[in-house]
Amino acid sequence: MESGSFDWTYGAMAAPFLAAVIAPWVKRWLGAAAGWALSIVPALMFIHFLQFLPLVADNSAFANGFVWIWQIDVNFSYLIDGLSLLFALLITGIGTFIIIYSGSYLKGHPNQGRFFSFMFLFMGSMLGLVLADDFITLFIFWELTSITSFLLIGFDHTRQAARRAALQALIVTGLGGLSLLAAFLLLIGAEDLRVSTMTEAFALGQGFKEHSLYLPVLILMLGGAFTKSAQVPFHSWLPNAMEAPTPVSAYLHSATMVKAGVYLIMRIHPFMGNSAEWNLILPLFGGLTLLVGTVLAIRQTDLKLILAYTTVASLGLLVMLTGTSLTLAVYAAILYLFAHSLFKGALFLVAGGIDHEAGSRDLTRLGGLRSSMPITFAVAFIAACSMAGFPLTIGFFAKETMYDALVHETALFPFAPVALLTPAVLGVAIIGNALMMACGFAVAIKPFAGPAIVTPKHAHDGPVGLWIGAATLALCGVLAILFGAWVGHRLIEPAGIAVTFYAEDLHISPALHLNAAFALSGLTWLLGLVVFMRFEVLRGAIGRMLDAIGWGPDKGFDQLIAALTKAAAALTRTIQTGDLQHYITLTLIVLAASLILPISLFAEWPTELPEMPLTYYEWAVLGLAIIGLAAVLMAKSRLIAIVSLGIQGFAVALLFMIFGAPDLSFTQFMVETLSVVILALVMTRLALHPSDHRPVAKRLLHIAISVACGGAIGALLMTVTALPFDSTLSDFFAQNSRVIAHGRNIVNVIIVDFRGLDTLGEITVVMVAGLAVLALLRLRVLAPESGDGQQGGGQQVDGQQEGGK
Amino acid sequence: MSTVIFRTFAPFLTALMIVFSVFVLLRGHNEPGGGFIGGLIAASALAIYGIACGVAPVRRALKFHPMSISAFGLALAAAAGIPSFFVSVPYLTGLWASPKILGVTIDVSTVTMFDIGVYFVVVGAISSIALSLEEKDR
Repeated sequence: MESGSFDWTYGAMAAPFLAAVIAPWVKRWLGAAAGWALSIVPALMFIHFLQFLPLVADNSAFANGFVWIWQIDVNFSYLIDGLSLLFALLITGIGTFIIIYSGSYLKGHPNQGRFFSFMFLFMGSMLGLVLADDFITLFIFWELTSITSFLLIGFDHTRQAARRAALQALIVTGLGGLSLLAAFLLLIGAEDLRVSTMTEAFALGQGFKEHSLYLPVLILMLGGAFTKSAQVPFHSWLPNAMEAPTPVSAYLHSATMVKAGVYLIMRIHPFMGNSAEWNLILPLFGGLTLLVGTVLAIRQTDLKLILAYTTVASLGLLVMLTGTSLTLAVYAAILYLFAHSLFKGALFLVAGGIDHEAGSRDLTRLGGLRSSMPITFAVAFIAACSMAGFPLTIGFFAKETMYDALVHETALFPFAPVALLTPAVLGVAIIGNALMMACGFAVAIKPFAGPAIVTPKHAHDGPVGLWIGAATLALCGVLAILFGAWVGHRLIEPAGIAVTFYAEDLHISPALHLNAAFALSGLTWLLGLVVFMRFEVLRGAIGRMLDAIGWGPDKGFDQLIAALTKAAAALTRTIQTGDLQHYITLTLIVLAASLILPISLFAEWPTELPEMPLTYYEWAVLGLAIIGLAAVLMAKSRLIAIVSLGIQGFAVALLFMIFGAPDLSFTQFMVETLSVVILALVMTRLALHPSDHRPVAKRLLHIAISVACGGAIGALLMTVTALPFDSTLSDFFAQNSRVIAHGRNIVNVIIVDFRGLDTLGEITVVMVAGLAVLALLRLRVLAPESGDGQQGGGQQVDGQQEGGK
Repeated sequence: MSTVIFRTFAPFLTALMIVFSVFVLLRGHNEPGGGFIGGLIAASALAIYGIACGVAPVRRALKFHPMSISAFGLALAAAAGIPSFFVSVPYLTGLWASPKILGVTIDVSTVTMFDIGVYFVVVGAISSIALSLEEKDR
């Protein structure tokens, strides 16, 4: 759609990654203003995606891409339809305010530049995830969001809790990602792995559900979606992720990343959804998550944790609604998703603002902030109204639609379980919404109401950067319903069509309709109010209940990791004894066995000695090698043995020379020289007895292994050389080394040109081996001296000693 | 090890060996030699210097840490493949140019650059090991 040949959507997809590169420098140049300057990037991206709104609303989708890895038929391609556009706008729009907020929230933090980088990396990954058309592309961006989330949760890496939370999130969502990959790999080859083609092929007409792999693929995909979207029992990583700075919690762990699972479920709904399994599994897990999330939210006193658990609950609600496959319920889910991103993002930013300005975010230590933080209070109240679904907010319309769908609509393809499930889903939704309303107001009212409590910091409204984002998001929740027709036709309905393939006119407006849904809303508010009034009592009761149970998935995760570490340690101790002799013995036994066994099995022992038409000087060199060998065996001390080994090596090098391989011979000479020098140096460092004192039994074993290895290699060489020589390769090199590679030295041409990539790998190994040896030597030198007080660790020892005096 | 004769003689031997190693490196494309062998010769030259005169003078003479030299070599070798991208041939394909400098035609190639990279990797890694092993004796 753009003028010119460049597709600006690629530009928009690449922009956050470029911004991630320059962010630390921008931070250095502009200091405190960096947040404002950097927010231009997501703002421009937002504008770019805005252009698609009218076009996508006309039921057109935009796709473009190129072949990425043709060997396995992977494309890099994007698809902009209603659903991905809604997500792209949320990611870039909320991202703009999050970047501004980060500028103020982390002002003066030494690693703020790095923080911006991580945020942009995440933004790019998340955008790639929702725009991806090809499933493998989607998977890669999916994993990138897990990795960037890991980096952001562990941003404050000096705290153990943050490190644990980061690791837990990575392990849980990473495992889910692998499950997703497994699902895609099951389908690779069989299907064209693209969202657009899968949707077209299966959406209307015969479904994908008759496919023989339907159930395994569904379970594996849900494994990915449920871990990412924190469904019970994988939910505990999300509250733990609140260790991250608040902008991260608001952006990743409420507005965007955790919705990736819901996005995936909606994305695959056209071809995977609407089956008996779908309509059973999703509402079950979603409903359970909704209830568990809300109950656990009431238990918390930390503002961020309350919000985190209600996010878990909201994700459960979304999964449950999408799981019913009822068209209107899916539309309600999309509406709720949109509303949730706005109000939950705002509430998180408010919680961060309170924490930043009052110095605490514990409900029991906050109170009466309404006079000192009036703007924050107003913003929080509006956001909470949307969360509670009060009239004049988009949250209200989402809730009404949800109830309306569950009361009236019957399934398009009425499966028996759905008919039974719908009332249950409705009941769970009412309870969940009521409890979420109570939690929302607990966050929005309790810190501001009541008598003023002395807070750790003198509280006041933060700078503009700290509240502008929350205020905009909260107001958008109101504007969205005032301009309901536009939001409905341009944003929500195109997304709904992409998910359900049925058009539905939502008629979003602030008008009230006194129908069954409104009555259920009233019931929800009443219930919510009761819970809000009894919040402290309920918190105590739930706390006692949880203490009585005493075990949860979070603890289970720790136990699992502890067991894994223990098992790994035990295995390592068994295999890695630390005894060099043991390793070498094992390695050589395996070498001998791997040579002797195949030769024996295929009866390929050499039958006759090869002819050896050697000249006298060739015999002499061979004799030299044998003398060197004998000298090694007879040597009185280890040093003499090492030097004697050099004699044998030089003799072999001479043989290479005689048989016309000067390069090989040259290298062999140098390697022999250096290995004698290095071995001798190592010997002087190891406190070994100068002579060899092995017991007889061990000696015999070592002799047996040596003879087996040497004999086997000899036999192998004889067998191989007895075969006719295949000269294809050497002919090729001989003919082409001068012609193609302009070199007469074939060996060198092979090393640096024909097999250059191999050599690059080899020299990398050489360098890494050098590094490893250096590290090992340093370790040995430093170990006994670490108490000297010269190194960083030593100063601590000094300090302790002084303290002791 | 550190007799007067050896100590006097070692720096000259080292210098000679290093010059020889460069010679071996550069002629490698057509005659026996190349980056790997050249690197080994240079590494043994440095080892000899270290044994004769101690590790500290060697480290001073090198200016850079041996591992940095090695890393530089690896970067050089990897970079030698980059021009391939601009002419759309597979990574590390040998590219040649023959510019005339002061009336003399000189063949330059990415292959030579790659071989020089190999040379530095080997010199750096091996002498790093040898030097740190020698250090303990002092």
